[in-house]
Amino acid sequence: MIPFDLRFPTTVQEALELLDQYGEEARPMAGGTALVLLMQQRLVTPQVVVSLSRVDGLSSISANGSLRIGALVNHRVVEESPEVKAGWPLLAETYHRVATVRIRNVATVGGGLAHADPNQDPPATLIALNATVTAASSGGKREMPIEDLFKGYYETCLTPDELITELTVPRPVRPLKTAYIKFLPRTADDYATVAVAVALDVADGRCVDARIALNAAGSTPIRARDAENVLRGQPLSDEVFRAAAATVPAIVDPVSDHRGSANYKSRMAEVFVRRALEKATA
Amino acid sequence: MTAHVRFRVNGESHEVDVPEQRLLIDTIRYEVGLTGTKLGCGVGVCGACTVLLDGKMVSTCIMLTAHAEGADILTIEGLAKDGELAPIQKGFLKYGGFQCGICTPGQILAAHALLEYNPHPTEDEIKDWMMGNLCRCTGYYKIIESIEKTAAGEV
Ligand SMILES: Cc1cc2nc3c(=O)[nH]c(=O)nc-3n(C[C@H](O)[C@H](O)[C@H](O)COP(=O)(O)OP(=O)(O)OC[C@H]3O[C@@H](n4cnc5c(N)ncnc54)[C@H](O)[C@@H]3O)c2cc1C
Repeated sequence: MIPFDLRFPTTVQEALELLDQYGEEARPMAGGTALVLLMQQRLVTPQVVVSLSRVDGLSSISANGSLRIGALVNHRVVEESPEVKAGWPLLAETYHRVATVRIRNVATVGGGLAHADPNQDPPATLIALNATVTAASSGGKREMPIEDLFKGYYETCLTPDELITELTVPRPVRPLKTAYIKFLPRTADDYATVAVAVALDVADGRCVDARIALNAAGSTPIRARDAENVLRGQPLSDEVFRAAAATVPAIVDPVSDHRGSANYKSRMAEVFVRRALEKATA
Repeated sequence: MTAHVRFRVNGESHEVDVPEQRLLIDTIRYEVGLTGTKLGCGVGVCGACTVLLDGKMVSTCIMLTAHAEGADILTIEGLAKDGELAPIQKGFLKYGGFQCGICTPGQILAAHALLEYNPHPTEDEIKDWMMGNLCRCTGYYKIIESIEKTAAGEV
């Protein structure tokens, strides 16, 4: 790794001031599970690394009303949290599906989102659950729907002086019918070939609302709005699920790689949307 | 820029001055001098460099030394007490939980962490927990058996 100057702010304010001061030359580090690798490969070569490991106030979860997760909460804490398991079981399950316990012990929620690798697991679920993310800079705060965060491969809309401080997930009016399916033809700890999250609000056998998103199907997580529109207002049936899934190949844009060709992944995106709908409503 | 870092390794206090970019695995191996922690993939996948940091397993190959400030670190060398192997070590020995041995320190620490967290795991729970520790000899059945038998007290 190229040497850098390592700073340890202890408050969010101090961290933001450092980022403001050093601009493009600085990079925040949370767990470091992604950033250390990028720095070793010299894909990222910051002169100043602002470690968030000693920053106070971003490490708690609260669930009074909406679920609020501080950016420095690690994946393992989310998956194990009794509040998350009770109110947002899909979220607990999805964080459980990330990598291995060893990585989840260190990887933070904020770092995971800012990393913006479209193969990651949490984004599709967070889109399906209508989550928002709060970013702060020394100039102030802004909150955005999670899907607006992602701009491309490893690219977010955050400016160099901004930090993700919090993730918010609304509490559903009634329990949603949900599923997250990760297609893993190689190994259990791999990134998905495609992955799908669905959250359906169902009343009297009809789909009142639907949110569907995919990971590993393009340069960002992708929301399947056409599929959602097919479902909304309809009774739950295999026919409707098939019709919804059939809209998916047209909106995905996967790359060919060792996990499959682009064409194969587009087909699998359709298959896995259908299976996720079946699983959610089984 | 040098980082001054304090931590405990296997109960013993250490203070080191290392370059800020120094990874924890290198500090453990070359400053502390404990070489049971192995470098495998170097990208957090294989688990050979596993140690327990405040009781939680981490990959030391992707962690800055300075991120271990104040931590209590357990390496494979710290598992035996007063010359007596820990139950999980006995289990791996008795049930052949290793072949070439390079992944063994990480496997044993991961298994130890599992049994601390869940003293009676099912086979599926063992697989789910241990999937981050790769064995290129592919001796997985023996590893699972070693953990099951240790949990059952049959060591
Ligand atoms: C072996 C391995 C396997 C993996 N497998 C999976 C998997 O199966 N599924 C999956 O989803 N992910 C997987 N990942 C990726 C993992 O989710 C990320 O590495 C992790 O979430 C990053 O979190 P971190 O806290 O370590 O971030 P860091 O590495 O510290 O930072 C990551 C990026 O975010 C920036 N950053 C950090 N915190 C903030 C913040 N609060 N605000 C703004 N920017 C910030 C950093 O500057 C950097 O660009 C895997 C990683 C590894 C190493």
